[in-house]
Amino acid sequence: MTVRKYLILLAVVVFGSSGNVCLGRGMRDFGPVNSSNWTRLLIALLNPWVLVGIGLLLLFFCSYLSALSWADLTYVLPATAFGYVLTALLASRLLHENVTVAHWLGIALITAGVGFVATGPSLTAPVESCAATKHPGAHSRELVLTKNARSDA
Amino acid sequence: MSSAAAWGGIAAIVITATAGDVLQSRAMKEIGDLGVIRRSRGWLQVLRRVISSPRFMLGLLFMALAFFSLLVTLSWDDVSVVGPASAALTFIANAFAARIFLKERVDHRRWMAAMFVAGGVALLVH
Repeated sequence: MTVRKYLILLAVVVFGSSGNVCLGRGMRDFGPVNSSNWTRLLIALLNPWVLVGIGLLLLFFCSYLSALSWADLTYVLPATAFGYVLTALLASRLLHENVTVAHWLGIALITAGVGFVATGPSLTAPVESCAATKHPGAHSRELVLTKNARSDA
Repeated sequence: MSSAAAWGGIAAIVITATAGDVLQSRAMKEIGDLGVIRRSRGWLQVLRRVISSPRFMLGLLFMALAFFSLLVTLSWDDVSVVGPASAALTFIANAFAARIFLKERVDHRRWMAAMFVAGGVALLVH
């Protein structure tokens, strides 16, 4: 893993959680939306908090796609799950939402989960390539993936 | 609305969200490292390659379906049930789907991570 790749994972976490918090803050100005007043959603698009939230979530999506281009899905999802923790902490500090004991327990579990994958390789060789590399003429991409997985580990 | 319908809705969210994640992950692996493409060909080429990928667009469609399934299911049951259940089950389903469809090597460390994160998200979103 290079510094650039860690920064991309960090961007997924930071942009995702800050985007959600901005959207949450913006939607507070409009109250509950239901089928009778759904047009409020269109007006909400003009709210500065909602606009910033959408912009941040677009940046989140770009960095998420970038991470998926070089890491396994089963690495990216747990590794970026710390975003849930950051969202809870930001909501507690900025939006004054209540963080309960269950929330703190959840934060501890997520942190442990992130720790499990963070120490492993970000990209593994596909299962079938383990057998393929034993045979001559194995697909070149699989060989590259195997090599990358070894260097990451 | 019955709880059976709500659990049907949660199943729809999990299936469509997992399909979206798997399709997008596959599309991104086919396109290649976006950072490398950006450095050699520029941002425009990155954008062109991503949006011209049928698998990416299909993944986007499934993500939109997951979002609308979430909205509909939220109208059938409490957010305290739908939120944690769908988020936690999607983590587990993604681990299975990545193993089956993406041929990822999901070792015990990644299974443990998926289980811990799923449990943590369920507690956090509740």
